[in-house]
Amino acid sequence: MIFKLHYIVFTFIIFIIPGPVLCKDIIVCPDCEIRSVKEAISQSANGDRIIIKKGIYTENNLSIDKEIEITGEDFPVIDLEFKYQGFIIKSNNVKISGLEIRNISVNYMTDLSAIKVENSENCVIENNVITDTFFALYLANSDGCLIKNNKISCRAMSESSSGNGIHLWKCNNITIEYNETTGHRDGIYFEFVKKTTITANYSHNNLRYGLHFMFSDSNVYRENTFRENGAGVAVMYTRNIEMTDNKFEDNWGPASYGLLLKDISRSLIKRNLFYKNTTGIYMEGCEQIQVEENEFKSNGWATRILGNCMNNKFTGNNFVSNTFDVSSNSSRSENIYSGNYWDKYDGYDLDRNGTGDVSYRPVSLYSMIVDKVPESIILLRSFIVELIDATEKAMPVLIPETLIDDNPKMKMIEYD
Amino acid sequence: MIEIKELKMSYGKSRALNGINLSLEKGQVVALMGPNGSGKSTLLKSILGLVIPQKGKIFVNETDIANNYLYRTNIGYMPQIANYPENLKVKELFNIIRDIRNGSKEKDEELLEKFRIFEIYDKYFGQLSGGYKQRVTASIAFLFDPDILILDEPTASLDPLSTEIMKSKIIDSKNENKLIIISSHIISEMEELADRIVYLLEGSIRLNMNIKDIKNGSGERLGKAIARVLQSN
Amino acid sequence: MNTKILKYILFELLRNKFIILYSLILMVMSFSIIYIGQDSSKAVITILNLILFIVPLICLIFGTIHFYNSKEFIQFLLTQPVNRKSIFRAEYLGLSISLSLGFLIGVGIPVMFYGFLLSGMYLVLTGIILTFIFTAIAFLSSVINKDKVKGIGLSIIIWLYLTIIFDGLVFLIIYFFNDYPIDKFIIILTSLNPIDLGRILMLLQVDISALMGFTGATFQKFFGSFIGMAISAVFMLLWIFLPLAVSLRMFKRTNF
Repeated sequence: MIFKLHYIVFTFIIFIIPGPVLCKDIIVCPDCEIRSVKEAISQSANGDRIIIKKGIYTENNLSIDKEIEITGEDFPVIDLEFKYQGFIIKSNNVKISGLEIRNISVNYMTDLSAIKVENSENCVIENNVITDTFFALYLANSDGCLIKNNKISCRAMSESSSGNGIHLWKCNNITIEYNETTGHRDGIYFEFVKKTTITANYSHNNLRYGLHFMFSDSNVYRENTFRENGAGVAVMYTRNIEMTDNKFEDNWGPASYGLLLKDISRSLIKRNLFYKNTTGIYMEGCEQIQVEENEFKSNGWATRILGNCMNNKFTGNNFVSNTFDVSSNSSRSENIYSGNYWDKYDGYDLDRNGTGDVSYRPVSLYSMIVDKVPESIILLRSFIVELIDATEKAMPVLIPETLIDDNPKMKMIEYD
Repeated sequence: MIEIKELKMSYGKSRALNGINLSLEKGQVVALMGPNGSGKSTLLKSILGLVIPQKGKIFVNETDIANNYLYRTNIGYMPQIANYPENLKVKELFNIIRDIRNGSKEKDEELLEKFRIFEIYDKYFGQLSGGYKQRVTASIAFLFDPDILILDEPTASLDPLSTEIMKSKIIDSKNENKLIIISSHIISEMEELADRIVYLLEGSIRLNMNIKDIKNGSGERLGKAIARVLQSN
Repeated sequence: MNTKILKYILFELLRNKFIILYSLILMVMSFSIIYIGQDSSKAVITILNLILFIVPLICLIFGTIHFYNSKEFIQFLLTQPVNRKSIFRAEYLGLSISLSLGFLIGVGIPVMFYGFLLSGMYLVLTGIILTFIFTAIAFLSSVINKDKVKGIGLSIIIWLYLTIIFDGLVFLIIYFFNDYPIDKFIIILTSLNPIDLGRILMLLQVDISALMGFTGATFQKFFGSFIGMAISAVFMLLWIFLPLAVSLRMFKRTNF
């Protein structure tokens, strides 16, 4: 009787699988008939759904070349045992969700990752927990994917033996949102990535950069938080970036920046918060960047703008409790500062229009001295420094003539 | 009682005391006299330990006073001008002194009563006149019934009534077999009070005699007698 | 016995109009700085500048004047059966404690009132340590000079030196020798000035972001470490005890 039943099921399966229209669910669990994910994938066809029940699966190298969905119930664990890598998605329309993937091997030759997406479109990677990674999510040459709500963590010890949390190379139209990544070399890394939206991610305590991209034009970064990364956020050689409502916090260290911009042009940086960074924004070779309505608070240097930056515009920003608001290595400035609030401004407003009647010079002589002779930082807030700055204020000779805010605000600017 | 041997003291180049030898016994009033800058106050301050002499020794009740401070338990001192912190209450000054002399002999509050110090007990020194401060100082000097009293111009800023009280207190103390050393310019007063004159000039003792011997029954005023003796020396 | 003399000296000084005024002025200034400044750390910085400037000056000048004014009283106390060390100690502690209390009330209350917690605590602590240091220095310059005017003059010169001239020299050294590895030398140099020490310890609180910069990190590493803190504390204590030891030695030999 039992034998007979098995026979019937078997025949049933045999006849159904090739059916292109009928999609089915394949259940994987430690006590089921199908006990491994690999087997389930090999038995699946386009449009199928593999449901993995709670349990620990020690597997490796799960190559997906069909349009299937893999979803976990109660976070089944895919343990790679530091042997090799996890899923490799090679076909379009693949979805992976609800899994816990852990223990990815560190390899100096290959970028091993928990989920690798290669040359495919419209993938969805959602609600996964990925721990002890080398690389976690690795997308190459892909388009239109959604990466959402993944929790990615690693305990990287050195930059050379660690990978990136979310790594994109030559991708377009990707949406990355609500992910958390920590403990990697770079939290989020892009190279040649276009038209991508990065929203509400939390990238913290990564060894190098919280966010790092190069040659990645026309991307939008919104509402992300980058905190306590070794060197903050670095973006290079890119045009048309929009960065709004992000938070750059607690990036401390000799070479640490809230946001490092190198050769960036035609971009918008708006309504971000820069809080307690050694340097809030560092700009090198940047052009036509609008820095608007940001809040710079308790940074060492709110902004460091090198002499090769031109036509950048700083308007409506709040500069509060920074040790230095603006510093520069050059005595010329071809950037525009207007309508910002500087808490160090001590001018008056006789006509009561909210704008100070005398213009403000945000660069202090002492900040220029510190730039040239860094050791003099030890005299910060000493009487002699106050004296030097007061003298320069009374008789300006050394600080850039053009670096001036003609419309300094009297009160902190409120944003709605 | 007080034994001074070869006491020498100079401030910079100027000599203040030039080898003083002096022995003073109890039961007498000694007037220390001499012009300004003769070394009177240096001598008194040396006995009190305020000035540390370069050479010589001072014994008070057979104790060498160098590096010692407890010997001052037996000394009552009244400076010429006493100045106390403005915001200190009279009562508090008495408390300080009592605390310092913790476990001293029985108190002698006679002056305290006669000078009516109790009435100003709660006042601050900043509110007191010089005369009142001086009365406070005098009361403290006598308060612990010391064997030796050193009084620097004791009546200089006292009113006549207080001066009389002071004088009779000095005589009473002498009768109680104490040693009283008074530095004074007022010869008439010394004639009335003192038994012995010690006259200093340029750091040396020029005269150290009982008043009786100075006068030698001549009946002249003390001042004249002193001048005569000084000339004849 | 000593503590009782100290108690009354303290009572007396706490009634001193100048100390009450000092406390009140500090309080008015602190409250207005906090009230005007929109941001707490900016207020802390402004109060810090005030403290580094005013506390040494007041302690030196008031300490010197007070010592000369107390000379007759000290002299009177010394005719009592008490040793010089006790009187000296009571006078020093009385003055430094009462100035500290004046400071604590004047700055501590506004700072605590607005809840500045850690940086506020450091601020108050720095002020109190500076009070003890500069009262000791005031006593030293009073004991050195018999003449009141000279004593006050010396105090003002010391203040000018430690507040401005010293940092000016440090600045020149840094400026002209910055090609050489002078970081450690500068750390030692600044440790020699109590005002700088107080300032740097505060910087670790309010300007930590800037100190984490390239060179600042060297300083931060030293002063922020336990050893650096301990060494700073030792130097601060030396600044109290060395002037005191020297002046006590001289005080014991003074002829009144």
